[in-house]
Amino acid sequence: MSNIKKVGMYVFLSVCAFISIFPFLWMLTSSTNVSADVTKGRILPGSHLFENIKNLFESVDISNALLNSAKVSISTTLLSLLIASLAGFGFEIYRSKARDAVFSILLLSMMIPFAAIMIPLFQMFGKISNVVPFVGIDTLSGVVLPTVVTAFLIFFFRQNAKMFPKDLLEAGRIDGLTEIGLFFKVFMPTMKTTYAAAGIITFMSSWNNYLWPLIVLQSPENQTVPLLISTLGSAYSPDYGMIMTAIVISTIPTALVFFFMQKHFVAGMTGSVK
Amino acid sequence: MSTAKKGMSIERKSNLTGWLFVSLAVIMIFVFYFYPMFQALLLSFKSGTGMNLQFTGIDNYKRLFSDITFITALKNTFIYLIIQVPIMIILALFISVLLNNSQLKLKGFFRTAIFLPAVTSLVAYSVIFKYLFATDGLVNKLLMNIHLIQTPIAWITDPFWAKVTIIIAITWRWTGYNMIFYLSSLQNIDNSIYEAARIDGASATRQFFGITIPLLKPIILFTSITSTIGTLQLFDEVVNITKGGPGNSTLSISQYIYNLSFKYSSDFGYAATVSYSIVVIIIILAFLQFKLAGDDK
Repeated sequence: MSNIKKVGMYVFLSVCAFISIFPFLWMLTSSTNVSADVTKGRILPGSHLFENIKNLFESVDISNALLNSAKVSISTTLLSLLIASLAGFGFEIYRSKARDAVFSILLLSMMIPFAAIMIPLFQMFGKISNVVPFVGIDTLSGVVLPTVVTAFLIFFFRQNAKMFPKDLLEAGRIDGLTEIGLFFKVFMPTMKTTYAAAGIITFMSSWNNYLWPLIVLQSPENQTVPLLISTLGSAYSPDYGMIMTAIVISTIPTALVFFFMQKHFVAGMTGSVK
Repeated sequence: MSTAKKGMSIERKSNLTGWLFVSLAVIMIFVFYFYPMFQALLLSFKSGTGMNLQFTGIDNYKRLFSDITFITALKNTFIYLIIQVPIMIILALFISVLLNNSQLKLKGFFRTAIFLPAVTSLVAYSVIFKYLFATDGLVNKLLMNIHLIQTPIAWITDPFWAKVTIIIAITWRWTGYNMIFYLSSLQNIDNSIYEAARIDGASATRQFFGITIPLLKPIILFTSITSTIGTLQLFDEVVNITKGGPGNSTLSISQYIYNLSFKYSSDFGYAATVSYSIVVIIIILAFLQFKLAGDDK
């Protein structure tokens, strides 16, 4: 490769990397500045982080929003992983024509836009509210339920189950394990990477989900983090330093999950694409 | 005879086990996707406020074609789709090819940096973009400092620039995400194919269009379909960056459905009709994309 091309390549990638990172840097430094400095265009870090944190926790109930988001995302992730992997295992290990047909039908649901089903879902949960109040409108379980299972996740587990060594199942059967025992004691431990990748995807999308919680949650004490950030962001005279602090805090969980599990994530994604 | 019978029962038992494993997921997909989809179809033939709905036949569908706000939302969504999706896919492809170069240093840094936007929540990055692109915001200050512009651009408050801002925002958020898919497929391509091409004297551009693009076709198809579906459902960004304004110039279809259901007079019936328009568009576009990709095979 010629030197000019090489330089061009590095310049281009550096510009892309800079554009990608800059909003994060600005968010981080702004969380340490007072609102007036942020407006003036200050991009260097300041010394007002603790003041912003104090203002944030005094003016809005962010700890409660964080707790709500944690409850929603953790329960969504655990239920998703269990139900979708049971299905992925079932579709791949016990293959039959009928089940393959059902699987194809399930995949069609990936084409359904959420906007098309949100009104019937809202009505459905309105009716559930009358019978079982704790899973209906304005409840955290109401946020979790319709988002637990996606056809994408079932597909993801099935694709990865194709690479699962089937001899292990035979060996397990000879050892006297039941079919469900094989799933929990042989399949689950072998497929750790797949579970990690699926867990990251599910946790992130659940933590960041906005539209459905916006519809189903009503009272302020049930607010999740994205709803709170959206309210703060649309304030008439915003306190920029404080809002940036809120955004930083709201990004920490997903950033941590991503950085600690990045290797699994890439490996898992590659597996599903193969 | 007895062994055949025994074989059948084992098969049946295994068949039942298979159904048990998939049952919960299948039931949930039907309850939370297909049943609401059917309900929305019924709703689309009804009209009224809140829960008081009457059957009105195809009135809603007639209203759809004369509804100026709907046509505006449809137009906006198509502008996002036609401009943003190709730009993003080409950019993501280009970056992933550069990152796949074995001589490149700092590969890990570039990959992580460019993927980073995909970690943020849509609401959080939208709020950040709203402030960055404010008329007195940092982007304008920067552009004026390097003398690219003389007067600040009204990124959020001008109907044209507001659309540009939305397109820049979505491209920022999703390019790295798509890049990861291309990168992982590129790593699976056998290097010897490129070596053979080089020996034959094929240029880098020829190699890109002659080898890389055809081999990546399935994954390009996959990402363009998911991006299309994603763009047709655009909501979080528009609501949090421009609120659909100025004067509906950035309004998306999803936001219009939300407004019809929960902001205006709660016309669930008509909102369902509007939502079915997205379903129809998704089916048509997915079909076209499959056709386009399938023709060469």
